[in-house]
Amino acid sequence: MTSAEADAPAVLRTEAITKVYRTGAVAVQALRGVSLALAEGDLVVLLGASGSGKSTLLNILGGLDRPTEGQVWFREQNLTTLSDSELTLYRRAHVGFVFQFYNLVPSLTARENVALVTEIATAPMRPEEALDRVGLGARLNHFPAELSGGEQQRVAIARAIAKRPGLLLCDEPTGALDSATGITVLEALVEVNRDLGAATVLITHNAAIQAIADRVITMADGRIAGDSRNAVPLRPAQVSW
Amino acid sequence: MRALDRKLLRDLRRIWAQSLAIALVLACGIMVLVMADGTLRSLSETRAAYYDRHRFADVFAGVTRAPRSLLDQVAAIDGVAQAEARIVLPAVLDLDGMAEPATARVLSLPASGTPALNLPLLRAGRMPDPLREAEVLVNEPFAEKNALHPGDRFRITLKGQRRDLVVAGVILSPEFIYTIGPGTIMPDDRHFGLIWMNEAPLAAAADLDGAFNDLTLGLARGASEAAVIAALDRLLAPYGGTGAQGRDRQVSHVFLNSEFQQLTTISVTIPPVFLIVSAFLVNMVLGRLIALERSQIGLLKALGYGTGQIAGHYLKMSVGIGIGGVAMGLAAGWRAGQWMTGLYAEYFRFPWLIYDPGPRALTLSAALGMAAVVLGALRAVWSSARLAPAVAMSPPAPPTFHRGWVDGVGRLLALRQSSMMILRSVTRWPGRAAVTFFGVAASVAVLVGCFFMFDAMDLMMDELFVQANRQDVTLILADARNDIAVTDAQGLPGVRLAEGGFALPVRLSFGATSRLTTLQARADGAELTRLLDPEGHAIALPGDGLVLPERLAGRLGVQPGDRVQVELLVPPRETWQVEVTGLIRQSLGEEVHMARAAVFRRMRQPPQVNMIHLSVDPAALPALNARVKATPAIAGLTSWTDVEAEVEASTDRSMKSVTLIFSALGVLIALGVVYNAARIQLAERAHELASLRVLGFSRAEVGFVLVGEMMLLALLAIPAGWGLGYGFAALVHQGFSTDVVSLPFQITRRTYGLAALMVGVAALVAALWVRRGLDRVDLVQALKQRE
Ligand SMILES: Nc1ncnc2c1ncn2[C@@H]1O[C@H](COP(=O)(O)OP(=O)(O)OP(=O)(O)O)[C@@H](O)[C@H]1O
Ligand SMILES: [Mg+2]
Repeated sequence: MTSAEADAPAVLRTEAITKVYRTGAVAVQALRGVSLALAEGDLVVLLGASGSGKSTLLNILGGLDRPTEGQVWFREQNLTTLSDSELTLYRRAHVGFVFQFYNLVPSLTARENVALVTEIATAPMRPEEALDRVGLGARLNHFPAELSGGEQQRVAIARAIAKRPGLLLCDEPTGALDSATGITVLEALVEVNRDLGAATVLITHNAAIQAIADRVITMADGRIAGDSRNAVPLRPAQVSW
Repeated sequence: MRALDRKLLRDLRRIWAQSLAIALVLACGIMVLVMADGTLRSLSETRAAYYDRHRFADVFAGVTRAPRSLLDQVAAIDGVAQAEARIVLPAVLDLDGMAEPATARVLSLPASGTPALNLPLLRAGRMPDPLREAEVLVNEPFAEKNALHPGDRFRITLKGQRRDLVVAGVILSPEFIYTIGPGTIMPDDRHFGLIWMNEAPLAAAADLDGAFNDLTLGLARGASEAAVIAALDRLLAPYGGTGAQGRDRQVSHVFLNSEFQQLTTISVTIPPVFLIVSAFLVNMVLGRLIALERSQIGLLKALGYGTGQIAGHYLKMSVGIGIGGVAMGLAAGWRAGQWMTGLYAEYFRFPWLIYDPGPRALTLSAALGMAAVVLGALRAVWSSARLAPAVAMSPPAPPTFHRGWVDGVGRLLALRQSSMMILRSVTRWPGRAAVTFFGVAASVAVLVGCFFMFDAMDLMMDELFVQANRQDVTLILADARNDIAVTDAQGLPGVRLAEGGFALPVRLSFGATSRLTTLQARADGAELTRLLDPEGHAIALPGDGLVLPERLAGRLGVQPGDRVQVELLVPPRETWQVEVTGLIRQSLGEEVHMARAAVFRRMRQPPQVNMIHLSVDPAALPALNARVKATPAIAGLTSWTDVEAEVEASTDRSMKSVTLIFSALGVLIALGVVYNAARIQLAERAHELASLRVLGFSRAEVGFVLVGEMMLLALLAIPAGWGLGYGFAALVHQGFSTDVVSLPFQITRRTYGLAALMVGVAALVAALWVRRGLDRVDLVQALKQRE
């Protein structure tokens, strides 16, 4: 454990979580005991080979899925004891998601896709403000099909941050983007992380990106294989791939 | 507006054509319900109000001659609130410019001026002056058809005496909302009139001073009609009572009831088909939409939307379709109801008749319509809303195809791969195929049910006018005569053949049930009027047995071989035990039949006739008419050629147009179902079909995969639709057979064939319509799609 981790209060904590997927007779052990604590405002990059359990972990942290064993705490709340509707409220209030394939509702404009969240959150920012933050203030009324991939992903980020989440979870947000576009997306993410202080977890296959993180966690075979901190995180623009 | 609702509206707009198709099917059901139930309510409420305001009597009785003093005893019967004695007589009309004989029924107006029961409603003129013998009232339809106005004069022959009359007023009566002359089956307001005349001159003419021959009663609230009728029958029997009856046997009332029953039948048989089909369509379309939006549902869950909110979102979508369908259905139903009410206003003479469906039809149909779409949506919505968020986020596994019997069939028939694609698709999405199958079958069934009505009408017309009643003219005699009258009739102008008949009122009893009816004493070996067995073959009358219409036999619970009691309600007023020897098909009326020889042998009298059936040379008809008019012994004449024309015209105007509309609606089911199914197939398999194009298949060959699947399902569904249609027709048959008419039940091959053809063409048109969409599929785009 590094000292920085001990100083900041943990916003999210897991204790020995495991996840077993059963499909028919086959059981896949996706997580084999993961314990970690995320500090308020930390930008964490999660690395690992394909199939190492990154998405599974992220889904459990975000309340999309439940661990087979182990505990997850968000602040004082034990997520593993929550009912489905309580988990829904948890996601609604505290978690922002960004996915690889943007996952925008195609029949809604950029503004409306963000409004989808602000309408049910407690103290959200206005959709326009959220889109401004990701540099899309001028594309409010465009439908997803009328936006580039990078722009779509930035709409997704605006949607994720509009609720001022305590936790921002991004599963390969740049996976489908070229490097220049990826950088603008990362910049938007980093900026939001700094401004709002949301603990951010970012899954990527791109090892170069770890340079922008405060903390880098590496997974292998359902376990945490490495956990280190960057003394001086780089700006996304300084990274190249 | 909330973002989710915007999505809803945009999604609905995107699938507008499909939504519209569903909404239209739904609207059909709503329309029929609002039309039939609304018309029923309008008619029955109007009738109830009319009866109430104009004190329509509860019990009616005929008698040969009873002293007025008997009235006090009648009024004293427990439950009788009001008793009114009348004189009712048949008369022959003599109207200027009318060559054909016409008849009337003359009813007395009490000395006080206005009846206490069956109050007339004055439409023009005034009530007759009780002191002026010639002044009369006539019923409005008769006045209209003959251009009679207050002040006009006409002549009648009453009891052999000619009288000059003056129209004082024109009226409507609750007793004659539907008017039908004796011995016929259709209203003929030109040749049959109702005349209300002061009592004194009528009594004098009929030799009924201080007496009456007709009685109407108003009952006290809660009185037992059966008890009153029984007491009345006992009281009137010595005076030649022909049997008292309640409203349920009063002609006008019974015709209205029959119509009400048919309207009820329409509203309970047809709308459910449409509602069920719409529910299935919603299920199919929404089920697919939700399957496509799995990842969006997962997303919404990830964003913090609850299960209920998501379910609500998709439910709203079906509700949107429902609202559209219900709104269209209500509007169309309202219009159709007005139209239908207008049709009824032609036959039923109410003083006022406004289409007012009332809240019941509207709320009931709206509720049923919404229930149909919501139920249809429920399964799809619920299963989807319950997806775990993480599962919903991952794309659905590609459809799994299994090797199975399909492959065997394919190999056996050496099918091409495009045909195999059709077979696999059907077996891969059995639910969707089932909806198409069921929808097409329902469509065929509705058509079979509708066209069955044409079959029944054709059969009935054939029975009535070709097989059973082959006479051109029936003469009604003023009094019973001996057989010489038939010989005389043979000598009338143009007569080729004359056969006598004799009808007398009887009460038929079997066990505890009894029924007032008419006994027809028929000449042995009669050629002009024949009886048909249930299969439609002419039968001979037995030496001494009774033959009953099937429906009456069913009502009494009688079977051939049973002995029934036949009580003659005219002299000699005897009661006979007669064996039922056969059942006959008889669409109209409930008369029972015996050989004339047997009847008069039992009556110990020489045979008599009171009607004569004639076969006439059409060219001689004018001469015959003139002779009949000049012969007082003939009280009336029914021209069967006219009746046939009138029946045909009236069924064309009403029943056939209504049935045609329903068949059009039936075709719409097939269109809606196949259109939706094909659209879904097209959307779902755009990629696959585009790949075929890329591989070098022609448009037609690719189109075959799409159209072929629809047509395969349609072809399979047609025989099922025939089966369903048989059941549907049986329901319609049941519901349309009333106290007035019992329809023959027979479905022709033409009906089955036509239903199949129309639905097949509709399915093909819908599938081809969707196929055009294939031409617009951008090959490159389709191949790139992830879906
Ligand atoms: N719904 C599921 N059912 C069964 N097995 C699953 C399911 N989801 C994930 N797995 C398995 O769990 C393991 C971990 O999967 P996970 O998606 O977490 O990997 P990952 O690290 O995100 O991989 P990638 O980098 O390819 O996205 C894999 O072996 C995967 O096959
Ligand atoms: Mg992953």
